[in-house]
Amino acid sequence: MTDGGRRIRAAFEDAGRPLFMPYVMGGYPDLDASAAHLAAAARHADLIELGIPFSDPLADGPTIQAAGQRALEAGAHPEDVIEMAAAVAGDTPVVLMTYVNIVLSAGPRAFMERAARAGVAGVILPDLPIDEGEDLRDQARRAGISVIPLAAPTTGDRRLAAIGERADGFVYCVAVTGVTGGEVQVDDELRGFLGRARAQIDAPLAVGFGIRTPAHVAAIGAIADGVIVASELIRRIGAAATPEAAEAEVEDFCAAAVEALRGLAPAAPSA
Amino acid sequence: MSELRTHDGELASRYGEFGGRYVPETVIGALDELTEAYLRHREDPAFRAELDGLLDRYVGRPTPLYRAKGLEAAYGIGRVYLKREDLCHTGAHKINNALGQVLLASKMGKKRIIAETGAGQHGVATATAAALLGLDCCVYMGRVDMARQRLNVIRMRMLGAEVRPVDSGIGTLKDALNEAIRDWVTNVRDTHYVIGTAAGPAPYPEIVAELQSVIGDEAREQMLSEEGRLPGTVVACIGGGSNAIGIFRAFLADDGVALVGVEAGGEGIDSGRHGASLGHGQPGVLHGMYSYLLQTPDGQVTEPHSISAGLDYPGVGPEHSFLRDTGRVRYVSATDAEALTAFQACSRAEGIIPALESSHALALLAREGAELDRSGPVLVCLSGRGDKDVDAVGVALGLDD
Ligand SMILES: Cc1ncc(COP(=O)(O)O)c(C=O)c1O
Repeated sequence: MTDGGRRIRAAFEDAGRPLFMPYVMGGYPDLDASAAHLAAAARHADLIELGIPFSDPLADGPTIQAAGQRALEAGAHPEDVIEMAAAVAGDTPVVLMTYVNIVLSAGPRAFMERAARAGVAGVILPDLPIDEGEDLRDQARRAGISVIPLAAPTTGDRRLAAIGERADGFVYCVAVTGVTGGEVQVDDELRGFLGRARAQIDAPLAVGFGIRTPAHVAAIGAIADGVIVASELIRRIGAAATPEAAEAEVEDFCAAAVEALRGLAPAAPSA
Repeated sequence: MSELRTHDGELASRYGEFGGRYVPETVIGALDELTEAYLRHREDPAFRAELDGLLDRYVGRPTPLYRAKGLEAAYGIGRVYLKREDLCHTGAHKINNALGQVLLASKMGKKRIIAETGAGQHGVATATAAALLGLDCCVYMGRVDMARQRLNVIRMRMLGAEVRPVDSGIGTLKDALNEAIRDWVTNVRDTHYVIGTAAGPAPYPEIVAELQSVIGDEAREQMLSEEGRLPGTVVACIGGGSNAIGIFRAFLADDGVALVGVEAGGEGIDSGRHGASLGHGQPGVLHGMYSYLLQTPDGQVTEPHSISAGLDYPGVGPEHSFLRDTGRVRYVSATDAEALTAFQACSRAEGIIPALESSHALALLAREGAELDRSGPVLVCLSGRGDKDVDAVGVALGLDD
């Protein structure tokens, strides 16, 4: 385990209930506003996912695409977003979410070292399946940064086991066969997928994609170790009339999500 | 080369350091399934016979190798041959790939086909194959491309396909690929994604290259029987690189044959408005592959430009990146203006209206005619015909008053 992986793992254990991980896109609608959203989220979150915008986000639906576009037009650079993490990382661990080209373009070593200096604990790269990115993973390990693997409902059992072997903190389970921004169905298919994942993977399982309401949060919290909300927060920020209202939306939603998780069983402690 | 491509009956997933599978986990299983199905059917004589029969009698293969005496006279070159992919059913080489993949998808039990298209030729070819084989078809096309390749939009609809406009980005080929991949991630269980060029995550580049290799295999044999020798130079345009890899592969081992790929120079390299990823990009990841890419220092993919929708793409297939770095293929670019001039020249001198994409390959004749002539016959891949470009070229050349 990397140092980052241990900090993430501790966040699951310290929560005392299923972990809540909100997503903030760095630079949306501009850097200062997103720094305020990050601070608001950090007042409630157990772990924060901080997005670095990318021009061609293949795993994202229209909401995150549009927010990323807006952030890029407002001039967001990856290093600015990484620096933002430092403001909260001391209290709430931060994982960066971006696409592999952003890391390759900076150079994996430079990217990971910069992230480590900002106190970042991990990175989520939805276009880096477990069989790719050997050098990137080496550099992350050296810098003490966890590379969070993803699992999907279409992932077979053997591969789930391989993903579990890569886990360093948690495994990001994609709740829907699809991109971000849809609406999750907490049904037998999802339960079946999480059951299969549970059987193959020892690390905590956090579930994201399509989780929109505190009711969804509670329903997912009952079957997973962590709950991730992204597009819905972006949507609320986008719909708010003023920057202050946007900040309040983030704060209120995160508080409600944490409330919805209260009393549910936490992730099993690490062996 | 063959040991690079095939290991223990597996398909290559890398060309040197290029290629790979940089895609969401959701579609990894589908890529494995596709690899397995392709390997199995490729060796199946019944599948081969069915595909070959369609290529002969439906597509019209083999396509002719045509000696272009008008172009020889125009450019002062002793021998110019055109490989006439423009005579394929639906008007471009794209059908070689689309038919193979749609036939495979039908054997795999897929009910629905999706594709991206830039020039509309791949969309038309896929819609055609889907109509022939009775599958549903949905084609993603950038809004800008729908306007400049309007005829092909109507053709796809006539063939029963749904054309979904893409408004993200600037509405060209890159954006259509993004949307097609997102659809595939969502509907992967019953949908096959027919990628239109030798690009994307493995195994696509290899499958498309193999399906397009028929171009070079035929051309090499035709050249030998016509001329009794190999060409001195083989020229093809590069969008994602499928017609080029299709004609180059047969000649890769022939050291004496120079291979030249022509990228979109757009408004000129210095303008920054071009599609020359091999000439002026840096390696990076887009659309599931590690390959040369037009991008900012931050790693954001930049918007390319070309008068030709089929070359208006910021990436390129990974094998071309490998062939660039090894030096086996020389990659150059031709501007919009050079392509338009070549378009006119071929139309007037040969009575063949070429696609704007193919006109980029033809443009090399004007620029390097004398030098090319010194090394022997020049073989140009005429990847498609220009019917689709009548509107756009008519406007560009003021023929549409
Ligand atoms: C006629 C024609 N030639 C060439 C291309 C470029 O694609 P590729 O580089 O894959 O051959 C296209 C793409 O739309 C095309 O329609």
